[in-house]
Amino acid sequence: MCEITKQPEIKVATGDRAILPEGAKTIPIFVMGKKYDVPETLTIMKAMEFAGFKFLRGAGCRGGICGACPTVFRMAGDYKLHFGLACQTVVEANMYLAQIPFFPANRASYNIEEMSAAADAIHALYPEIFRCVACNLCTKACPMEVKVMDYIAALKQGQIDKAARISFDCIQCGLCASRCMGEIPQYHVAQLARRIFGKFIQPRFEHLVSRVKEIESGKYDQMLDELTKMDHETLKKKYVEREREPDLSSLGAWKPKETQYL
Amino acid sequence: MKISYYPGCTLKLKAKNLELAALASLQALGIDVEEMDRWNCCGAVYSLTDDDLIHHIGPVRNLVRAKERGADKLVTLCSMCYNTLARANQLMKTDTVKRDTINRFMDDEIDYFGEVEVIHYLTLLEEQVGWDKIKEKVTAPLTDLKVAPYYGCTLQRPQDVGIEPMGSFRLMTGLLEAIGATVVPFNSADKCCGSYQVINAPAGDNDAAANVINAAASAGIEALATSCPLCEYNLGKQQDQFMAKGKITANVPTFYFTQLLAMALGVNPEVCHFELNDMKAVQLLEAKKFQVAA
Repeated sequence: MCEITKQPEIKVATGDRAILPEGAKTIPIFVMGKKYDVPETLTIMKAMEFAGFKFLRGAGCRGGICGACPTVFRMAGDYKLHFGLACQTVVEANMYLAQIPFFPANRASYNIEEMSAAADAIHALYPEIFRCVACNLCTKACPMEVKVMDYIAALKQGQIDKAARISFDCIQCGLCASRCMGEIPQYHVAQLARRIFGKFIQPRFEHLVSRVKEIESGKYDQMLDELTKMDHETLKKKYVEREREPDLSSLGAWKPKETQYL
Repeated sequence: MKISYYPGCTLKLKAKNLELAALASLQALGIDVEEMDRWNCCGAVYSLTDDDLIHHIGPVRNLVRAKERGADKLVTLCSMCYNTLARANQLMKTDTVKRDTINRFMDDEIDYFGEVEVIHYLTLLEEQVGWDKIKEKVTAPLTDLKVAPYYGCTLQRPQDVGIEPMGSFRLMTGLLEAIGATVVPFNSADKCCGSYQVINAPAGDNDAAANVINAAASAGIEALATSCPLCEYNLGKQQDQFMAKGKITANVPTFYFTQLLAMALGVNPEVCHFELNDMKAVQLLEAKKFQVAA
């Protein structure tokens, strides 16, 4: 039988600077081919900052959503390339990595007002999508697990709505384009598809239009005035005591007791 | 037995009339096929370069998707998709060295060994329904329409993937006769339409297509039936230019064979999207008193 020993508690570095947890081990990583010993548990971005790199560009939200810090890495002894965001991916020993903060992919210019729901305009702006051979390297490179090849296929078929939905999680990092043998700027094409989808295909929400009309007609002005004139303590009390829909109530089941604002 | 349906890109755009008429006909005949939920370009043209395996990845990936869904057969409509998929399938069945290389490269997918059978829509109709039963279901026979099957290049070549042997036009002839048309044979049913030459040649310069139309006209043919969007474009949509250049003297409108089938089965004519054919095609149907609008 194996004996379970108490694992040392690993403190994860948080905040916008690399904080070295007490007693943390260091591991070797290779940034652009040069070896640095960095504390384990750090993200690639914090590890690089620990090693002395300073990000003037190629870093943005540090929350895995802006797409500014795409990283390519490979583990020593393995040919396989891996892809991730430097602000999200935790360093591992013997990781060879490089940042690709920008990729010079072709981006077409267009006037969205002159576009339509037809796919022909997308095909005319980005004829290179027909160079896709379905190798799927784009999908393998996506740090957001978007099925990149599938949305390019959908656009070749003229299915803009399908492409918009598949590409929804794209953060425009450009790693897909960096791997494409057809030199397709997938992420720019997808952004155009989503813009066309939003403007020409997705149904307009009529309740939104009527709500905007209500607001413009001054229906809520008096309520807002009351709130803005309220003293801090009353406002705070009102906020704390406000009625709230229960977290798991089923759709349409909950009605507030106070109905004068409905 | 599960049959997956592979549409092909052109059928979702320029050749909606080929696809929608075909699917409506299957429904009228009580045949159930399921469109694949994930599919990509078939590759369009099968690469003949011996060591150019990357251009087989597209068609093979579609075959992998069909296998993943548990399909026994994959049915296609477009002649070029059929050709590319069937040849890639043949490669995966017979060339074990290339098959292994392709499977290794596609390490994100399950291995494929040619398990799925690629069939053309015409074969599906013959196998699953049969001409006699189609004849029974016809409500608007194409009486008095003189039509010829036009196979072009890719339905029969090469022989080991052809839907039937070279020189035989049994399948489409059987179907056209079942729907009441008068089938007129002619000597150019398997001649090339000019294919992609049209991209570089100025409009109306495609002699290959003009020759086919002339051969059809002199055989007394009123309409050609095809299953290939590129053939339909070259033969059907260039006739005004051919006429202007004196290359042809009479029009022979082209249809997808699925449009003629749907029409005969009494499917709502809007589904056939005749507006995507050349105007000459619509005029011919109107002259024959066939219903072209709902």
